[in-house]
Amino acid sequence: MLASIFSLNVLQSALELGCIYGLVALALFLSYSILNIADLSTDGCFTLGCAVCCQVAVTGHPVLALFAAMAAGILSGFITAFLQTRLGVESIMAGIIVNTGLYTINLAVMGFSSNMSLVKVDTVFSLGKNLLAFAGSWYQLILAVVVIAIAGALMVWFLGTRLGLSIRATGDNAAMVRASSIDPAYTIMVGLCISGSLTALSGALLAQYQKSCDINVGTGMVTIALASLIIGETLLGKRSMVLRVGGVVFGSCLYRFIVAVALRFNVPAAAMKLVSALIVAVAISMPAIRQKIAFEKRKQEARLRHAKTHGKKEAV
Amino acid sequence: MLMLEMKGVRKTFNPGTVNEKVALDGVDLALEKGDFATIVGSNGAGKSTLFNAITGGFIADEGCIILGGEDITFTPEFKRSKVIGHLFQDPLKGTAPNMTIEENLALAYLRAGTAQRAYFSRISRKDKELFRERLALLGMGLEDRMKQPVGLLSGGQRQALTLLMATLVTPKLLLLDEHTAALDPATADKVLELTKSIVAEQGITCLMVTHNMRQALDLGNRTLMMNGGRIVFDVQGEERSKMTVDDLLERFRQRAGEELDNDRILLSKVEGA
Repeated sequence: MLASIFSLNVLQSALELGCIYGLVALALFLSYSILNIADLSTDGCFTLGCAVCCQVAVTGHPVLALFAAMAAGILSGFITAFLQTRLGVESIMAGIIVNTGLYTINLAVMGFSSNMSLVKVDTVFSLGKNLLAFAGSWYQLILAVVVIAIAGALMVWFLGTRLGLSIRATGDNAAMVRASSIDPAYTIMVGLCISGSLTALSGALLAQYQKSCDINVGTGMVTIALASLIIGETLLGKRSMVLRVGGVVFGSCLYRFIVAVALRFNVPAAAMKLVSALIVAVAISMPAIRQKIAFEKRKQEARLRHAKTHGKKEAV
Repeated sequence: MLMLEMKGVRKTFNPGTVNEKVALDGVDLALEKGDFATIVGSNGAGKSTLFNAITGGFIADEGCIILGGEDITFTPEFKRSKVIGHLFQDPLKGTAPNMTIEENLALAYLRAGTAQRAYFSRISRKDKELFRERLALLGMGLEDRMKQPVGLLSGGQRQALTLLMATLVTPKLLLLDEHTAALDPATADKVLELTKSIVAEQGITCLMVTHNMRQALDLGNRTLMMNGGRIVFDVQGEERSKMTVDDLLERFRQRAGEELDNDRILLSKVEGA
């Protein structure tokens, strides 16, 4: 029983999906953890990446499709940032507005159909299958790992540059940023554009992985990415940038693994969103629960000590 | 040579409402290059508002502000900060807690024109040496903790670091808004000594708000007194050097027609007595 749950197959596909979805988690790492902005346009932006990728893969080339999707993501991030930095829309509102608008845009990109198929065309994965023939059935995982490794390494490098430092400071202490001759409107703009491009790239890769795109593919994506982010930060900590970025990817893989196990237990597909929500709720409340447990333990110990020294129970 | 010139600067907050407040009521001020002026005044006299008008926290309703011969009346805050250093009473305000000492200094160093263009350059060895050298001048051992997040430092250490960041690239103007008031006495003295030596060494033009009357007369070469959004008293030279704390308080009474109601000023007067 246990062996069938933790089979290599399950692990492999969990890692593949973990790396692909890890790009969204990385996007939220930048917008949420670093810039301290709750960017709710993630769901729509993810679908946008999917839709643009499908359309370009069908009419053009699958590799070109990835870059086209990233460009679309940058545009989406730019609009979200423009609304909040130049037009005074609150950051959460800006995300919701863009997310809503993107629904129509996404339908339009897919030719006003709610889904699209890539079954008959080449994808980066089908191209990679020939290129990575030596890897056997692992070619998809290798491709996904290469993409997330490049994205992660670039992220770590970028956050150490002067522009990256300015973006980090914007989320850490905005007043200090203005006093250091940096325009926070500019750093937010750059940050959200990068974040958008990563989200869309994730959607694009998923579209090619699943050989299809659906208008609802991005629903709940922001929650899932946040869960991955927080699982990673809880388990690996915040000591260094490499560890933080690695933790985000690790969290994403772990999340996919939990989902895969849930599916193995014959949880119906319709219940998956609920399972996701539960995982997210548990992951996010973990630090608070830990703290509470530690506090109760200390209280208990103090009570015992008190009882020992005074020979009677403390009144509660 | 004039470094800072303010002419008829006015600012009204919440105009046309019951909360209308004339915060600056026609401020005229001229600072020579190298001037170090202290500012005293009651709570709500407009001292911090004056600083915010200079740094660009808001744009003045009327009047103009000229810094180093350049009209900055409508220049946005982040551009002014290239040549203006600003320290607040709250030592947490001037640094990014989750970034290391080195990274904070690198941000401050962006003010240097050469670094600004190099968006994708990382902190170089040369930069690190410069940071280490400057940190050593603080005498707090921070030069050996450059990889630690600033959030781990004490309030005094953070304020000293902020001071260093504000003066890493010599600013045209340094604004100190009670920057030692939240520190314990020993640390406050230390930060004040650092301030004096850095300002003197780099010949920085400086404005400092203080609630300590003794400090207001001892530090720098000029003392300003604010009341009701105006500069009501401006003393320097021989007249200033002869002045006692009681003279200053008496002068305030005359000019403002009221007692100085800043509780901390009164406290510091009792302490001084």
